Amino acid sequence: MSTKLIDLQHISKSFDGQMVLDDLNLYIRENEFLTLLGPSGCGKTTTLRILGGFETPDTGRVIFDGSDITDLAPNKRQLNTVFQKYALFTHMTIAENIAFGLRIRKKSEDYIRDKIRYALKLVNLDGYENRMPDSLSGGQQQRIAIARAIVNEPKVLLLDEPLGALDLKLRQDMQYELIRLKNELGITFIYVTHDQEEALTMSDTIVVMNQGYIQQIGTPEDIYNEPENAFVADFIGDSNILGGTMVQDKLVIIQGVKFACVDTGFGVNKPVDVVIRPEDLEMTALPDDAVEGSDAYQAAVRTITKFNPGYLEGRVSHLIFKGVHYEMEVMSGGFEWLVHSTRMFPVGTRVLMSVDPFNIQIMNKPASEDEQAVGVEGM
Amino acid sequence: MKRQNPLLSGPYLIWTAAFIIIPLLMIVYYGLTDKTGAFTWSNVLQMGTPERMKALILSLILSLIATAVCLVMAYPLALILTNMKVGATGFIVTIFIIPMWMNSLLRILAWQTLLERNGVINQILGFLHLPKLYLINTPYAIALGMIYDFLPFMLLPIYNALEKIDQNVVNAAYDLGANKFQTFWKVIFPLTIPGVISGITMVFVPALTTFVISDFLGGSKVLLIGNVIEHQFTQVGDWNVGSGLSLVLMIFILISMAVMQHYDKGDAEGVVL
Amino acid sequence: MKKVLSRIYLAFIFILLYAPIAVLILFSFNNSRTRAKWGGWTLKWYAEMFRNDSIMSALSNTLLVAVLSALIATLLGLMAALSLNTMKRRKRTVILSAINIPMLNAEIVTGISLMLIFIGLGQFLSRWGYMVEFGFGTVLIGHVTFNLPYTVLSISPKLRQVNTSTYEAALDLGASRLLAFRKVVLPDILSGILSGFMLAFTLSLDDFVITHFTKGPGFDTLSTKIYTEVRKGIKPEMYALSTLLFVSVLVLLLVFGRNRKGESKK
Repeated sequence: MSTKLIDLQHISKSFDGQMVLDDLNLYIRENEFLTLLGPSGCGKTTTLRILGGFETPDTGRVIFDGSDITDLAPNKRQLNTVFQKYALFTHMTIAENIAFGLRIRKKSEDYIRDKIRYALKLVNLDGYENRMPDSLSGGQQQRIAIARAIVNEPKVLLLDEPLGALDLKLRQDMQYELIRLKNELGITFIYVTHDQEEALTMSDTIVVMNQGYIQQIGTPEDIYNEPENAFVADFIGDSNILGGTMVQDKLVIIQGVKFACVDTGFGVNKPVDVVIRPEDLEMTALPDDAVEGSDAYQAAVRTITKFNPGYLEGRVSHLIFKGVHYEMEVMSGGFEWLVHSTRMFPVGTRVLMSVDPFNIQIMNKPASEDEQAVGVEGM
Repeated sequence: MKRQNPLLSGPYLIWTAAFIIIPLLMIVYYGLTDKTGAFTWSNVLQMGTPERMKALILSLILSLIATAVCLVMAYPLALILTNMKVGATGFIVTIFIIPMWMNSLLRILAWQTLLERNGVINQILGFLHLPKLYLINTPYAIALGMIYDFLPFMLLPIYNALEKIDQNVVNAAYDLGANKFQTFWKVIFPLTIPGVISGITMVFVPALTTFVISDFLGGSKVLLIGNVIEHQFTQVGDWNVGSGLSLVLMIFILISMAVMQHYDKGDAEGVVL
Repeated sequence: MKKVLSRIYLAFIFILLYAPIAVLILFSFNNSRTRAKWGGWTLKWYAEMFRNDSIMSALSNTLLVAVLSALIATLLGLMAALSLNTMKRRKRTVILSAINIPMLNAEIVTGISLMLIFIGLGQFLSRWGYMVEFGFGTVLIGHVTFNLPYTVLSISPKLRQVNTSTYEAALDLGASRLLAFRKVVLPDILSGILSGFMLAFTLSLDDFVITHFTKGPGFDTLSTKIYTEVRKGIKPEMYALSTLLFVSVLVLLLVFGRNRKGESKK
């Protein structure tokens, strides 16, 4: 494990009496691609602005490379920001924009010229030196904003929803571009977004935030496969979240049916939240006239219980073709299950449905609003 | 809405031609002809008399001073108002539009009372045991009147230009290492230049051509070029000479407009409020 | 420290702007015919101004010219803005620059040029026995002319923000052009039309220079009346009237402003 580069300690911030960050603790390692992910108003941008020096926390300290920078002005910090909507200087050429920070630092003109050339090459915009920002497309302006920041050789690059204003295709291209840049520069990226796909694609570490609290910190795989609470499960990807009862270790009741699972330590007969990803649901068709106990019914049960002794019966109510897979909704016991499958089950098909024990994610039910928002410290 | 009725443009095109373009051409015609209608430069050259040159030069000096002072006063004011953020727009409208509802002639007239030998300012100075100032009927009084009357014209365009700057652009400058001073001179000020230029024009032209302010605060002792021209038309009744002098005045206005055009590459519609 | 300095500066500007107004309001309560000395408090000028025929006729002229010129300028400006909106950029720039002339040009030149055209027009028409009489009509035309750029520039930007497709959608749904304009476009540009009207009204109310050159003898607005009175001394009734106008506008603005605030809170 490499060392902590930035350490946010007990950061709180409120605007007009509205709590935006509440006792936030977070550290960022050197050379990490860390993403702050959450819906708007979750405090992710405020966290970034505190790092950049544009906001001062009400309480708490910001430690950078061992020294306290909480009250240090933005222009004295060894990090640079790529702003939402680029914030280029419209009255300067591209070269002047990129040179801005270097001229402030009184670098030689030779050095500046080399740096501009290097940075433009890095963002694939060679030859744009004398253009004005207004004459560039959104994606190009974004690259210039990145070039303008990185020529100053910051230890950390802060990116505030930098791809938010771009269209889908360009956004995907820029994601790869950013990963490449990060690897070439070998510096820390702190990235703010509300787009979970962006976060999953690019990050080493994702910090999921909601209402001023950190909900979960982990690798993209951790966050996706083992969400720690219903908010994370719901926010990251599609999922089926419903109430259940943990009968004992490794046994959970969902919709009145006992399912095997792998989770332990929840106690006995405890109400819990159950998360099942749509692509983890297994289904098998059941003939309409097959009554319980008939041969056809038993055959289907045998197929489905290969996954889990527990299973549910339902009927397909919606079907959409999504390219790689089919997205279906299955009504079962009054709950609408979302199912992704490469096999197609027409609307109206009677099905049996189950899930591998490993793919059942059990979470403590939040007892109250406060508990739901409890921060998860460390990793 | 591409297919508007073409008749819609008729009335104001006719109005523009009849009451804007043709009248200006008439000034050109009168200015370049004599009483018999023959071409002559003599009306324009009438500006060369010592008395008129003195008025023109004084007008230029006073209007330049007034413009400079307005700029120096309005810019910090606009900065302060922009930084107040919340409700500032309402505030600025209240504070600067309300005085305009008091008749402007009376407002300038009120300065007579403030500046007079026994006026309010001198009474305050006397109370403080300071020497009296001879203000009224001097060029200083006229400059003060200009500054007072035209300050809002400088303030509003600068304020609008400042308002339009994205806070993140300012933050970007700090982020890249600039201190407050550098941020102002390298980023904020250059971005407000169109506003400054339009403010300068909106103060300079009326200040250069006023005759009311000099009438009220300069007595008959100080004449500006506006007074000279007004006198030609309303007292002397010599339209040819008056038009000739107006043509000279318009050259200065055109120069200032050309300067504005040069710096302000934005849309012509950005000029107003 | 910085905050204190900016407060002091704001206060300084405030005093600069409002000192003359305070002086004028004070005069309206001065129980003495001249400004030179203070004769104690009185309200008599407020009563006497209504008995002063020349002041009352100047007031009615002023208000009539202001209302009519603002109305005409707004209507012409709306038409101009509508057709400008459909024009090619180049043509639009040419026409806008022509409309802007009275705004950018010196008032004295605009005033003189209008005076010359009215005289020229009079000479031209006299061949057929018609004449141009300087007075209400010429002043009104003058005011419309200098108001026109302000109304066009108030309406035009609003019009460009109107979403063309909503207008087309209305046509598509079977609305006539006039109905589509009234129901879809007009609500969006109404604020521009109103602010254009208010701006024109204010400018006209306060105008002196254009009126001075286009009014001819025997016709006066408040401004020209004040100008001619300056040398003999302003009648105190004029201060009373101006104060009354000022205060009533202030009250109107406050009421209007409060209403708008209430609406936006909903």
